[in-house]
Amino acid sequence: MHIIAFLIRRAIQAVIVMFVISLIGFSIQDNLGDPLRELVGQSVSEAERQVLRDQLGLNDPFWVQYARFLGNAVQGDLGTSYFFKRPALDVIMAKFPATFELVLGSVFIFLSLSIPAGIYCAINRKSWLTQFIMSASILGISVPVFLTAILLVWLFGVELQWLPAFGRGETYTMPWGWETGFLTWDGLLHLILPCISLSSIMLPLFIRLIRAEMMEAMGTDYVRFARAKGLSTPRVRYVHAFRNTLLPVVTVGGLMIGTLIAYTILTETVFQWPGMGFLFLEAVNRVDTPLIIAYIIFVGFIFVVVNTIVDFVYTLINPMVKLPGAKS
Amino acid sequence: MITWRALLKRFLSDPVAICAAVVLLALILMAVLAPVLAPQNPYDLMQLDIMDSEMPPSWQPGGDPRFLLGTDTQGRGVLSTIMYGTGISLLIGVGAVLLSGVLGITLGLIAGYKGGGIDAFLMRLADIQMSLSTLMIAIIALALFQAAFDANVYADYAIIMLIVIIGVAEWPKFARTVRSSVLGEKNKEYVDAARVIGLPARKVMWGHILPNTLTPVMVISTIQVAEAIMTEAALSFLGLGMPVDRPSLGSLIRSGFEFVFSGSTWITFYPALVLIALILALNLLGDWLRDVMNPKLRRGDD
Repeated sequence: MHIIAFLIRRAIQAVIVMFVISLIGFSIQDNLGDPLRELVGQSVSEAERQVLRDQLGLNDPFWVQYARFLGNAVQGDLGTSYFFKRPALDVIMAKFPATFELVLGSVFIFLSLSIPAGIYCAINRKSWLTQFIMSASILGISVPVFLTAILLVWLFGVELQWLPAFGRGETYTMPWGWETGFLTWDGLLHLILPCISLSSIMLPLFIRLIRAEMMEAMGTDYVRFARAKGLSTPRVRYVHAFRNTLLPVVTVGGLMIGTLIAYTILTETVFQWPGMGFLFLEAVNRVDTPLIIAYIIFVGFIFVVVNTIVDFVYTLINPMVKLPGAKS
Repeated sequence: MITWRALLKRFLSDPVAICAAVVLLALILMAVLAPVLAPQNPYDLMQLDIMDSEMPPSWQPGGDPRFLLGTDTQGRGVLSTIMYGTGISLLIGVGAVLLSGVLGITLGLIAGYKGGGIDAFLMRLADIQMSLSTLMIAIIALALFQAAFDANVYADYAIIMLIVIIGVAEWPKFARTVRSSVLGEKNKEYVDAARVIGLPARKVMWGHILPNTLTPVMVISTIQVAEAIMTEAALSFLGLGMPVDRPSLGSLIRSGFEFVFSGSTWITFYPALVLIALILALNLLGDWLRDVMNPKLRRGDD
């Protein structure tokens, strides 16, 4: 029962956050640029403009217009891009696979490196490799993502010419229209540098987090008890201790989604990666208001969905969690 | 708490902290004294000559002794632009942290001291804002600002906008730190005593509790400045921050980036090096401060 109450509570909260985001998005659209100018240009007289305004409902009260905007948004209509002359959501969805695969690739890189590195540093605290990893991680935190990206482009793309420096390369279109770079050799080569860049700032953060949590877990009573019971060292380390470090990792991972999306914009700019972030910056430069709003609402939606999922996963893997709002 | 003398002693026995402090001090001096030290004034169009553009550093073939680190595409000396640019980056970083400090301390004190609904509301807001991330909030706010005003207005207000947006977006970190210290302090006898003699809540909060919460604030401020400088650099790199004619380190990197492909790497790499040195020095000092101020952490490390 408590779980269901909690789920409903979180779902309501997600809806409220989306409502606020849409309200912000709408008030921006209301104040930024004149849709009429984009539609008809300069040559139309003032009287005709007023008639057109009435027809389009631009003279209605704010709340009436907002209700209409919300109604359209729920049906997936976030306006039409001034530049592309196509529904803004379609334009964004066409670019979504590129960004998604970039994020997926970099999540794969930093998880597969930070978990072993973090565990190693927690177990062998004094070894030279630990000292090296910990020093390197503070350097890693201090180098902005776009500088890592520029350095990689310069070194492997320009000087050594080992890897392609921009774009997605050859992509394969799935039957349902999803363009993937994972299935072609050229597409994979193009993914390497952007994915490393994007993971470069997450990697040191996660190594430090996993190390700290693992060290804390190794000192707890249940780990000492498991050891006293005579369980093998690997079992104590990787089953008993490590499982309990997953919880904070999931939470922090969920909190990082906003940062990760912001960093996709930086990475995509350096590599001219044809994803949503690159599209967003182009839209800003062209003052393509509907596209800017659609991006904000779409990103807000991803953010809310990911955070809600993380909350669910958190409650699932932690039997001790006290559900907020549940009566004990 | 730790005395100033003990702090100094620990500082002098830590070579990493000394190095970081020396680098930071050198960069600050360089930025403050830029108008005196810089070989040319990159803002003075009279001193610029387009014939000087894209010169390599002076020790490379084709270099000019007037421009130690070479010139950019507008004929500005890279060394001079770095000196002025570091100042702008520092100004925005420190300004944003001061603003977020004032906001965060105020809201953190109120949340911790009053508790109840106002506390729940402020902390929930802080949660949401923190998970949205400063950079994402700043990107969206500045994108809208840039779309709403024309380029000249934007250029005039860029510094103020950057300080305000980064400062406001960063308040939750200070607020949470202060709030948790306040929760630890507010049930102690001295607070009760202050309350019993009839001091108003405002005086108890600001005069009695606040001074006891400042140690953690000091620790996070250093790292926050590094983060604010990094955020500003990222924004300027995206073209949403400082304009190219009043460049910060981030906009210098942006303006040189496309020339990396044609081999003019110095326009990008020297500002990048200074930016990394600045952030690294601040992060190392922040880490050192945290270890010194927090004896519990220090023990856990051994």
